[in-house]
Amino acid sequence: MEKKNNAIFQRILENRNKVLTIVFLALIMVIVGNLKPWFGSYWVRVFNTCCIYSMVTMSMNLVNGCTGIFTMGSPGFMCIGAYTTAILTLTPEVKDAVYYLSPIAPWLRELNTSFPVALLLGGLFAAIAAFIIGFPVLRLSGDYLSIATMAFSEIARVIMLNAQSITNGPIGITKIKNHVTVWVAFMALVSVYVLLRLLMRSTYGRALKAVRDDPVAAEAIGIPLFRTKMTSFIISGFIAGIAGGLLASLVGTIDANQFVYSYVNQFLLMMILGGNGSMTGSILGSFVITTALEVFRFMDEPIDFGFWKYPGIGGMRMVLFSISLMLIVLFWEHGIMGSNEFSWDRIIERVKKLVSSIRGLFKRKEEQA
Amino acid sequence: MPFDVLIQQICNGLVLGCVYALVSIGYTITYGIIRLINFAHNSIFMLSMYFAIVFVTMLALPWWLGFIIVIALTAIMGVLTEKLAYHRLRNRGAPTSTIKIAALGVSYLIDNVVIVIFSGRPKQFPTVDLLTDVFEIGPVRLQRTAIIVPLVVLVLLVGLTYFLNHTKPGLAMRAVSRDMEAARLMGIDVDKTIAFSFAIGSGLAAIGAILWGQRYTSVIPTVGSMPGMKSFIAAVIGGIGNIDGAVIGGMLIGMIEVMVVAFFPGLSSYRDVFSFCLLLIVLLIKPTGIIGEKVADKA
Repeated sequence: MEKKNNAIFQRILENRNKVLTIVFLALIMVIVGNLKPWFGSYWVRVFNTCCIYSMVTMSMNLVNGCTGIFTMGSPGFMCIGAYTTAILTLTPEVKDAVYYLSPIAPWLRELNTSFPVALLLGGLFAAIAAFIIGFPVLRLSGDYLSIATMAFSEIARVIMLNAQSITNGPIGITKIKNHVTVWVAFMALVSVYVLLRLLMRSTYGRALKAVRDDPVAAEAIGIPLFRTKMTSFIISGFIAGIAGGLLASLVGTIDANQFVYSYVNQFLLMMILGGNGSMTGSILGSFVITTALEVFRFMDEPIDFGFWKYPGIGGMRMVLFSISLMLIVLFWEHGIMGSNEFSWDRIIERVKKLVSSIRGLFKRKEEQA
Repeated sequence: MPFDVLIQQICNGLVLGCVYALVSIGYTITYGIIRLINFAHNSIFMLSMYFAIVFVTMLALPWWLGFIIVIALTAIMGVLTEKLAYHRLRNRGAPTSTIKIAALGVSYLIDNVVIVIFSGRPKQFPTVDLLTDVFEIGPVRLQRTAIIVPLVVLVLLVGLTYFLNHTKPGLAMRAVSRDMEAARLMGIDVDKTIAFSFAIGSGLAAIGAILWGQRYTSVIPTVGSMPGMKSFIAAVIGGIGNIDGAVIGGMLIGMIEVMVVAFFPGLSSYRDVFSFCLLLIVLLIKPTGIIGEKVADKA
C-alpha cells in the first residue's frame, strides 16, 4: 500500500508543472465564476475590460516585442473590428432607430449575424486591413514604420467618422447588445494567450525572434523577412480586431473618436510595464494598469485625513497614474516579466531562493547569539 | 473662385504653413541629434499656450513682456523634459523604443497636469490687436498675421541657419547630430548641446503656439495634438533631421490643407486626412523624406 502511494507521489512530482497548472487554472476558474457574487458587477466590468485590453496588448507585443517592429496601428484595427461587430449584431429595426439622422445603406440594413460570427468577421476585416497596409508599411524601417502605422490608424478613424451611411458618422453607434459575459472575456483571453504561446514556441515563433534579433542573419539562414513580418502583423491585426469587437459589445456604444491614435499609448505602457516580449507580462501589465486606474478613482473624491481635508481634485488620478508610469519607464524599464514567459520552474526557483535567504537570515542571527 | 478669395486662401495657407514649420523644427532638431521622435513636443506646444494665458491674461503683463516670458519658460520646460526623462535613459543605453515610450509618458503627464490645473473647459487665448487687425489691399481683406507671421518665421529661420552654420554652439550641434561619440571625443559637451537643442525646439514651438493662438483662440488641453501631429508629419515629409526639410514640409502641409478645402469644399471633413495620406505617399516613394539624407537606424 505504501509503495503504491509512493508511486503516485512520484508521478505527481514528475508532472509537477502540469499538476500546478491544473490547480492554478481551477483556482482561477473558481474566482472567475464567482466574480459577480464576490466583487459585484462593477468589478466584473473592470475584469472584462482588463481581458480585452490584455488581448490588444498581447497583439501589440507580438509585433513590437517579439518581431521587433514598432507599430502603433492598434487603434485602427480595433476601430475596424468594433464597427464590424456593432453593425452586424444590430437588428434592422434597431438600426433604423440608431441611424436616425441619415439612414443606413440599404444593403447593410438587412445584414445581421450572431455575435461570434460578427466578432470573427471583425477580426477578419482587421486582418485584411493589416494585409493591405502591410505591403507599403512593412517595407519601411524603424521610426518611419511606426509613423506610417500611426497614419493608417488616423486615416481609418477619419474615414469611419465620415462614412455616414455605414458608420453613422460622428454620432456613433449605440444600443449594441452586450454579449461579453465574464466567461466570454475570460475564454477569449485564454485562447489568445494559449494561441500566442504555442505560436511563439513553434518554428514560426522562433523565426520572429530571429528577425527581431538579427534580420541579416535571419535572412541568411532562409527566413523570408517580409513574409514573416507580414504574418505577425496580420495575426496582430486579427486579434486587435476581435478585441475591438468585444469592446464595442461591452461598452454598448462606439464612436470613431474613441480610437484616436493616442489611444495606443495606453497599450504601449501596459506592454512596457509587463515586459517587452512577454505575453504573460502583457496580461499582467494590462490587469495592473486597468485596475490601478479604477482604484485611483479615490483621488478624485474628497478625503478627510482628520488634520487636513483633501478637497478632491478632478483628474488627479490621471496625474498620479502618469507619474507612476513615468517612474516605471525610467527606473524599471524591463517591466514585471522582462522578456520571460510564465513558468513554474522559475517561480519555484524564486521561492526556493527566497526561503533559503530567509533561512540564512535566521542562521546568522543564531550564530550571532 | 474669385481673385480676392484666392489671395486670402493663399495667405491662410502661408500662415498655417509657417506655424507648422516652426513646430516641426523642434521635432526635426531632436530627431537629428538623438534620433528620438519627441512625442511630448505637442504637449510643450499646448503648455506654452497656457503659459500665455497665465502671464498675459491672468497677470495682465504687457503682451510683449508676457510672450517673452512664455517663450523662455517653454524653452526651460523643454530642457526639463530632456533632463528628467530622456537623459537618464540615454545614458543607461536604453533602446530607442523605451525612450520613445518615455516621451509618450511625458506627454501624458503634461496633459494631465494641465487638465488638473486649468480644467478641460476652453479658455480664451490673449490676442494682440497689433497682430490681428484687418487691413485692405484693394478688394482683398487680410489679417495682419498674413504679413507678420511669414516675416517672423523668415527672420527666425535666417537666424537659426546663421546660428547653425556660423557659430560655435551651432557647429557643436551639427557635430553631435553627425556622430555623438566623435563629438564627445573632440571635447564637445554633448549633454549641454542636446539640452540646448531642446531649448531651441521648445522656444520655437512657443512662438508657433503664440502665432497659432492669434488665429485659433480657443485653448483646450488637447489643443496641441492636431498642430503637433501635422508638424510632425511635416518634419517627416521634409526629411526628418533636416531643418530646411521641416520648413518645406510645413509649408506644403499648410498649403495643401487650406487649398484642398478651398477648392473642394465637400472634402472639408476629411481635411485632417490629407496630411496623413501625403505622409504615406511620401514614405512609400522616398522614405527619408523630400530632402532627407539616409541616417543610420540606431534602433
